[in-house]
Amino acid sequence: MLDQLQKLGATALGVAERLGRGHLFLWHVLGGFPALLPRFGLVITQLFSVGVLSLLIIAVSGLFVGMVLALQGYNTLVDFGATESLGTMVALALVRELGPVVGGLLFAGRAGSALTAEIGLMKATEQLSAMEMMAVDPLHRVVAPRFMAGILAMPLLAAIFSALGVIGGYFVAVGLLGVDDGAFWSQMQAKVDLHEDILNGVIKSIVFGFVVTWIAVFEGYDTVPTSEGVSRATTNTVVHGSLAILGLDFILTALMFG
Amino acid sequence: MMHSRSVQIWVGLFVVAGMAALLMLSMKVSNISAFTESEGFEVTAYFENIGGLKVRSPVTMAGVVVGRVASIGFDRESYEAVVTLNIQSEYDNIPEDSSASIFTAGLLGEQYIGLEAGGTEDVLKEGSELELTQSAIVLEQIIGQFLVSQADKE
Repeated sequence: MLDQLQKLGATALGVAERLGRGHLFLWHVLGGFPALLPRFGLVITQLFSVGVLSLLIIAVSGLFVGMVLALQGYNTLVDFGATESLGTMVALALVRELGPVVGGLLFAGRAGSALTAEIGLMKATEQLSAMEMMAVDPLHRVVAPRFMAGILAMPLLAAIFSALGVIGGYFVAVGLLGVDDGAFWSQMQAKVDLHEDILNGVIKSIVFGFVVTWIAVFEGYDTVPTSEGVSRATTNTVVHGSLAILGLDFILTALMFG
Repeated sequence: MMHSRSVQIWVGLFVVAGMAALLMLSMKVSNISAFTESEGFEVTAYFENIGGLKVRSPVTMAGVVVGRVASIGFDRESYEAVVTLNIQSEYDNIPEDSSASIFTAGLLGEQYIGLEAGGTEDVLKEGSELELTQSAIVLEQIIGQFLVSQADKE
């Protein structure tokens, strides 16, 4: 009985300690942001690996999600003779939810895991310690550019996801299913609000980008410096990042559209 | 940094693509004119029953959207609904004795306010009140009246 209680307490303390370390880590990394501005090349290099290399999976997924949404939505809407609303449905679903959320999940899987593995291996091979020996702060030199790149890349990726999804939905709805071209766009424009829908979607994607990148770089930096530890940290990034996105999405949706 | 130049070009392309996507979403998918909408003047109208009218429902004149419902309140004295309409400032020549009716778009569609031009020289401005109003048609009431009139015939 007492042993169980002790185990529970130890777990709770471990979680609290890790949370605390995560926040101190965040504070320290954010402190390195001003110094990045004159050396923006570092961020650009990371934007390439975080953003450009994620582009293919995001673009293809967005296109197909939009196409499938249009196909499935059509089946329901056709019963009510409301197929012109297909554009509204596809656009709202993508801009409000699927763009930021599915984009964020893909981002966690594609870019987050790579960030964790990279930083974790740097730690395992003692590159980070070597930097400290040379009085270079690895949090500022290694982590901060990656963190900033993640925050910058995520809203762009989510926007590309949504835009391509709308285009995919357009091709299926107008090209395949014979929905009227003008009604598709005009209904969409009448119902989708720039401030209410699109801006809130962008805010969501910024929050998700922040959280996923934070989890990714922290897991990498905090990893047990063995090959097993790096593998576990990479898994943790994807799992915790995805859970964080889904949980935060519920809260944000309740706040924004509730 | 062996491929520094090509890396930078790719990142540039990525940023351009992202911006283009955002631009497309705001221009093509949403209605960009939503930004200018807040500039306008507000007039009030009292309705006996507003049905399913909501804030941000359109206000139309001859079918053209000229404004939106800004707020809906309840008047404690007259037990009527007070609806504040925000009319875009470019429509500054609507006669003051215009009438406002609540219509339904289609059979089951959303409800909106339709304005019908009156005849006076005075125009609506900030703070004006629309005197002539017609309430929303509540389907249940009409069905009820129909049933009663049918029963009376027999």
